[in-house]
Amino acid sequence: MTTLVLLVGCENSLSTVDPAGPAANVIATLWWIMLAGATLIFVFVMVLLALTFRRPGVADADNPVGEDGAARGREKVWLVGLGLCFPLVVLAALLAYGLVIGERLLPRDDPAVVTVHAEGRQWEWRFSYADAPDLVTENVLHIPAATPVDVRITTVDVIHSFWVPRLAGKLDALPGHENVLRIEAWKPGRYAGVSAEYNGPGFLGHRFVVIAHDAEGWSAFLTDGAP
Amino acid sequence: MSPLRRHRQLTRIWQSDPGWKGWFTTVNHNDLGRMFMGTAIVFFLIGGILAMLIRAQLATPRSAFMGPEVYAQVFTMHGTIMMFLFAIPLIEGAAIYFLPKMLGARDLAFPRLTAFGYWCYVFGGSMLLFAMFAGIAPDSGWFLYPPLSSTLGSPGINSDFWLIGITFVEISAISAAVEITVTILRYRAPGMSLDKMPIFAWYLLVVALMILTGFPPLILGSVLLELERAFGWPFFQVAQGGDSLLWQHLFWLFGHPEVYIIFLPAAGVISTVLPVMARTTLLGYAWVIAAAVALGVLSFGIWVHHMFATGIPHMALAFFSAASTLVAVPTGIQIFAWLGTLWKGRPQLKLPMLWIIGFFATFVIGGLTGVMVAVVPFDWQAHDTHFVVAHMHYVLVGGFVFPFLAGLYYWMPLLTGRKRFFRLGETAFWLVFVGFHVTFLAMHWVGLLGQRRRTFTYEGGHGWEVINLISSIGGFITAIGFGLVIIDIAVNTVFAARIRRDPWRAGTLEWAMANPSPAYNFASLPRVSARDPLYDDPALPHRIARGEGYLGDAYKGQRETLVVDIATGEPLQVVVFPPNTPLPIILAFVTGGIFLGLLTKLYWMVPLSLIGVAALMALWAWGLGSRGDDVMRDVGHGLNLPRAATVPQPPGWWGSAFLLLADATFFASLIFGYAFLWTVAPNWPPPAYLEPGIIGPLVGLAGVVVAPFGIRLAERHLRRGGTMWPGVALALAGAAAMATAAIMAVRAAADPELHAYDAIIWVIAGYVLVHVALAAGMSIYATVRRYAGYVAPDRFGEVRIARLWTDYASVVALIGLAALQLPGAVT
Repeated sequence: MTTLVLLVGCENSLSTVDPAGPAANVIATLWWIMLAGATLIFVFVMVLLALTFRRPGVADADNPVGEDGAARGREKVWLVGLGLCFPLVVLAALLAYGLVIGERLLPRDDPAVVTVHAEGRQWEWRFSYADAPDLVTENVLHIPAATPVDVRITTVDVIHSFWVPRLAGKLDALPGHENVLRIEAWKPGRYAGVSAEYNGPGFLGHRFVVIAHDAEGWSAFLTDGAP
Repeated sequence: MSPLRRHRQLTRIWQSDPGWKGWFTTVNHNDLGRMFMGTAIVFFLIGGILAMLIRAQLATPRSAFMGPEVYAQVFTMHGTIMMFLFAIPLIEGAAIYFLPKMLGARDLAFPRLTAFGYWCYVFGGSMLLFAMFAGIAPDSGWFLYPPLSSTLGSPGINSDFWLIGITFVEISAISAAVEITVTILRYRAPGMSLDKMPIFAWYLLVVALMILTGFPPLILGSVLLELERAFGWPFFQVAQGGDSLLWQHLFWLFGHPEVYIIFLPAAGVISTVLPVMARTTLLGYAWVIAAAVALGVLSFGIWVHHMFATGIPHMALAFFSAASTLVAVPTGIQIFAWLGTLWKGRPQLKLPMLWIIGFFATFVIGGLTGVMVAVVPFDWQAHDTHFVVAHMHYVLVGGFVFPFLAGLYYWMPLLTGRKRFFRLGETAFWLVFVGFHVTFLAMHWVGLLGQRRRTFTYEGGHGWEVINLISSIGGFITAIGFGLVIIDIAVNTVFAARIRRDPWRAGTLEWAMANPSPAYNFASLPRVSARDPLYDDPALPHRIARGEGYLGDAYKGQRETLVVDIATGEPLQVVVFPPNTPLPIILAFVTGGIFLGLLTKLYWMVPLSLIGVAALMALWAWGLGSRGDDVMRDVGHGLNLPRAATVPQPPGWWGSAFLLLADATFFASLIFGYAFLWTVAPNWPPPAYLEPGIIGPLVGLAGVVVAPFGIRLAERHLRRGGTMWPGVALALAGAAAMATAAIMAVRAAADPELHAYDAIIWVIAGYVLVHVALAAGMSIYATVRRYAGYVAPDRFGEVRIARLWTDYASVVALIGLAALQLPGAVT
């Protein structure tokens, strides 16, 4: 799996497990933890299933009902212990973890935050910038690196979804609503983005690029426009 | 009477008409269950071919096999067919075929309704197939999000085929659900109290109630979207006060319960088959029922987990996330109940058990990835990628197809009367099982590497090529496996040897009959006193055949079965079913005229067909009932029971009650939609709210009070032997008053294209009008029946049905009209 990740060129990578920013990073960590937990649970259930074939049962062909005094005890172990308590404990822990992460990813107030607008249409993205009101770029979003950026997402026609997998999760562009997504790139570079919600025949080509600049490049962009 | 003679007489009474005509006139659940399942399997094959097209397209990057437009139709139709034309109808077919046998009845509660539902399914499904072969199939994804699916994104007829065809098909889901509910509650073997009911019936009871409350939101959504597309009523257009999010809420309010509507019957199959395979009984019967009920209830609280990326506030998401993970608890209880059952028994690796093992290995993975995507931050990454595609196939194939294949092999003796001779089934299992995991396991990973669902091709260089090629190869192995399953069943059905009764030595009643099942199911209806009647009394099949139960005398050539008390299962009435008739297919055909008229925009067809439907329904109901002759019936064992048609709450009353449950859910969804737009849609308030005034509300309120009073007055006079007219006249006056108030509201909001508010007024007022008209029609009908002798002082059940509908109309008129006036009154 790791080799597969490494094989992918970073330039146009859409990999969620190759994070380049804090949001994508916590989600990738969440994934690896969930994968480990899920694997353990799966193996546990499969082992139980296999074991049922290895031990002689209490019932036999002449006594298909197979009831005995142990029935209540069995219900306690299988249903209360494994069926009820086991998932409840695991899920409570997971939920709490997910909730904390989700809260941390929300676009909260931050004096350093930079605001940009992303306007989706069939099939391109137009980006504008709160710090340079006259500037509009098409299918290329410029942001400063190592700075939290709020993307204000809207659409002029159908539903789109703004997604830069290496930076953060996706958020929909809904007619009449404005959604705000917090993204951040650790380092300067180019990050591939796509529309994630099916939006018609041009869906495949509905892509964009996020260019994260260092401080110098960002101020140059704001004053001189796209390089 | 000898058993053979009884068999011949009952067969003559219950069998379908000879020759080709029998296909179109049969109302017997043995035929219709098989026809439902057979048709569903045909749709499975078509959907499977579409899946193969998708895998062929995605096997290599930059494939030129399909363009984006064709691909969009293919993936939309694959999802649509598998969900609506395969899974749900297969469940309905299985329920229709097996339930009466397990419950100890001779047929379902409303045999003609079974047939009507089947033909609606065939006709509606044909519309979609026609669209596909004509190249104008729906193409905006199986969940049809507007504005892409509305006139803005899909100006052609494609979406109309979906909205109209699927709504037509849904008639069959609703009618089957009404029928399943009433059958499980009332049509059982004497002595089968609720706690002795087969576990499969418990599951199906939950499922049927879920269909009645889960499908109406989708039907409403389809109606609203079609109204927007056809007439420009802007429910989902944001500029005129609509909101595309409303569709997502309505769709997933249906769509998530739908997943459990599909899973629970499969769980019912496992809970039935697995204990037999382990030579024991189910561990924790009551626990499993509680888990199924909990799953059914919880599934209505989690629809928003399909909408985590739509920008809904995070705390609201947290609630739905918690509810979504919580469904893992009742699922876990069932899984461990089954494992515990295997543990206490002695499992044998027969073919049905093999498929159940396949279920465990597959469904557990699907459940675990389901918990993952229920965690909000992870879903923000996984949503709309191939990870979700893989997850849902694990759940639906692992959690539905595999258990149903276990069930198919388990019940094959009953269906075909043959034992397996050619052993292709084991090979087929391994091909499907291995092929499936090869297809979908790595697909999770390609989703995390960023491959979006619904892209018709992809560029190389993302690390996706190898995984997609593996998936495609796995897909073709799976397809070969499914092909082999079908060959296996076909070959064994035609060539294999006859099989003895109850080959698995199971304990439930369906195995008390000969293989294949006779048209009448039970030569006489047994009294049962245990959950597994055949374990309790191994001689029961012989006693049934010898006519030692109830109704063993083939009386007057009538199709008879017993109606029992819901809780105790004590027999209360004898019902007489209608014979074979072409009425259902004719009614379905004329109903199709409504949908076809809407689809082709030949709107004159709609009122014409509606008149036809009303006339046919009157004819339909006319054949029921009793003129007072032969009211009591000696059913055997000294028990004298009344005919079901003569009691105060005849079967039609029960059917109406559960149909109204679906109807009320539809109405509640409508009010929810209205409140949603009012509070969430951006462009509110509308230019003007309705001005309540004095006259409209007063007239409406008068109608709401008078109509239920009138019908009660009619019933009271009738029961004293008097005339019904004064009461009925009052009821009709009340109906007219309610209709007047609704029409006044519509006239005040003259232009439904102006704003979503005006459009909603038209829909709510229209809904009230339809129900007022229905109530009035039934009151008149009951009065006419009085003159024809079917309604009498001691047989007033039909008046009770009219009363039920009148009460309902009054309640919706009260709520609906108040809701219309509310914004104007508070501002």
